Amino acid sequence: MDKFENFTGVVCPLDRANVDTDAIIPKQFLKSIKRTGFGPNLFDEWRYLDHGEPDQDNRNRPQNPDFVLNDPRYQGAQILLTRENFGCGSSREHAPWALADFGFRVIIAPSFADIFYNNCFKNGILPITLPPIEVADLFAIADGPEALRITVDLPRQILEISIIRDRLGFAVDPFRKRCLLEGLDDIGLTLEHLDAIRAYEDRRRPQAPWLFPGNGLEAR
Amino acid sequence: MDAKTLYDKLWDEHVVRYDDNGTALLYIDRQLVHEVTSPQAFEGLRLAGRKPRRVAANLAVPDHNVPTRDRVQGIMDPVARLQVRTLAENCTAFGITELGMDDPRQGIVHVIGPEQGFTLPGMTIVCGDSHTSTHGALGALAFGIGTSEVEHVLATQCLLQRKSKSMLIEVNGALGSGVTAKDLVLAVIGEIGTAGATGFVIEFGGETIRGLSMEGRMTVCNMAIEAGARAGLIAVDETTIEYVRGRPYAPPCAPQSPEFERAAAHWRGLVSDQGAAFDRRVRIDAAAIEPQVTWGTSPEMVAPVDGRVPDPGDECDPVKADGIRRALDYMGLTPGTAIIDIRPDKVFIGSCTNSRIEDLRAAAQVVADRRVAESIKLAMVVPGSGPIKAQAEAEGLDRVFIAAGFEWRDPGCSMCLAMNADRLKPGERCASTSNRNFEGRQGRGGRTHLVSPIMAAAAAVSGRFLDVREL
Repeated sequence: MDKFENFTGVVCPLDRANVDTDAIIPKQFLKSIKRTGFGPNLFDEWRYLDHGEPDQDNRNRPQNPDFVLNDPRYQGAQILLTRENFGCGSSREHAPWALADFGFRVIIAPSFADIFYNNCFKNGILPITLPPIEVADLFAIADGPEALRITVDLPRQILEISIIRDRLGFAVDPFRKRCLLEGLDDIGLTLEHLDAIRAYEDRRRPQAPWLFPGNGLEAR
Repeated sequence: MDAKTLYDKLWDEHVVRYDDNGTALLYIDRQLVHEVTSPQAFEGLRLAGRKPRRVAANLAVPDHNVPTRDRVQGIMDPVARLQVRTLAENCTAFGITELGMDDPRQGIVHVIGPEQGFTLPGMTIVCGDSHTSTHGALGALAFGIGTSEVEHVLATQCLLQRKSKSMLIEVNGALGSGVTAKDLVLAVIGEIGTAGATGFVIEFGGETIRGLSMEGRMTVCNMAIEAGARAGLIAVDETTIEYVRGRPYAPPCAPQSPEFERAAAHWRGLVSDQGAAFDRRVRIDAAAIEPQVTWGTSPEMVAPVDGRVPDPGDECDPVKADGIRRALDYMGLTPGTAIIDIRPDKVFIGSCTNSRIEDLRAAAQVVADRRVAESIKLAMVVPGSGPIKAQAEAEGLDRVFIAAGFEWRDPGCSMCLAMNADRLKPGERCASTSNRNFEGRQGRGGRTHLVSPIMAAAAAVSGRFLDVREL
């Protein structure tokens, strides 16, 4: 995973609560066996006026002019601003893959769904939870004629807000912060504790042998 | 020692270690694998030169993409076919047992896990699917994960986790006639909201929950995720133990072996201790619950069958009012419409929420000697697994459904998420026993109303929603 570096990006305001992962990336695109290429189909059903299918040339499809991602003010946005419970529903990691592939690196919301929140960190996306009042203020600014830009400083956990020249702090789990900043491979880190895993299995096996069937796990 | 919740007990039994900031390395006993969220995980293993740590702890099944009819012809959609074939190839390459499309045990991943005894009480269970919460009905800690974590579990048999907060939803009182586990859980979600349990593991308790069959308990835990919970749990009791006894992958029973009784003795301790502290408690009166129908695009947008579609003008929270307005616009409904005046075009009985034998029996009882209404374009039953389909056929349920005008299909996820050919056309309205009424969930522009199997059956024969008790 690439290291997460500080950046300044345009904010795209998606003013809806409970945006689910079916909306983020509809099911027909889940048939892919790859991790990449989902960006053109991010929010497919809201973004285009026709029905999208995999392996289609998306450049010639009719765009929905009322959808915020198609608004000229927000072209090249790297920060998504949205409402409560973003990413609810299915566990599909295709949702953060699509967001990252599109170019989003930070998502700001008052709350996130649990599985989606975890999945973001595995894909170099920083989900930031801010109090509803701060999110409401950001929406008010982002809706103006001038593009709102935010500088994301992960090491100091600070957002610098353009236009109003304000700063907001945010919280992040220290372990996840480190993984993002160093681009760490979770699996590699866990395998450093292989001795502890083996010790656990050795302790557990005699206590609960039914948890450790033999090779092949054949049903009777 | 302090009184522990069921969640505390399951958690403590599975902690391998804690790191300095309190993140746990949690041991995972079982992983269920399906075709949609696994290919990139296997690819990741391959790229890193890693192998699954314990192949026998994994069981794979294709379910999301499989056709529900004319299966002998294989999968017509080439992209779906490649995904299902990729699962089979990955399972062969890594030595994982797969119940393939032509295996009589094939079915929806969350139906076959408990059915085969692969998922058992006291286990930690994961799957790259949010409805993994279903298995919590067995007194197991079960939750959905993303593909990176699928790979992590394959490689390490562990996950990095922070402990969630705990919520007890205590349901007491008798469910009325015609009121099912599905209505109960929809009413709970209506009460606490679709994010009401975000950050929590829910334990469902109380006499009403104890009175539910295992099928009913699975329906309840299945939809814990629709309230945002990390997992749903129900304490082990004799109903749980009798359900598990004799299942193919369960520990062998007496007289051949004492192992089942030994396991059962351990499982009987998987209950919250008297006086255990929960971070939040919610009390629900079962007697007050009526058959439920969702009217919007989130499972919390639900009303009793004798209720009406709300008016966004009555909502003071502007974000919520906007959500209601958008939902009604998408659903093609006007504020104040009576639920019983809503007319579905299609009826879907199936999904990991409601495709088990008890669901099919109850629905069949409603449609027996009746006909699907003229206005219904399609009514279909998709059993949750091969064994459920076989059992239903042995009981003659298939003939009841077919005689009434239903289609009787092969097992799979089907129109719950419409990844296969079973889907709604734009504007079509469906009475569905599934779990999500999101925009486009059952097909672009499709309109989903979540209901219980008997409410879906009643809608099929009457052409509109009605209180199943009046039929």
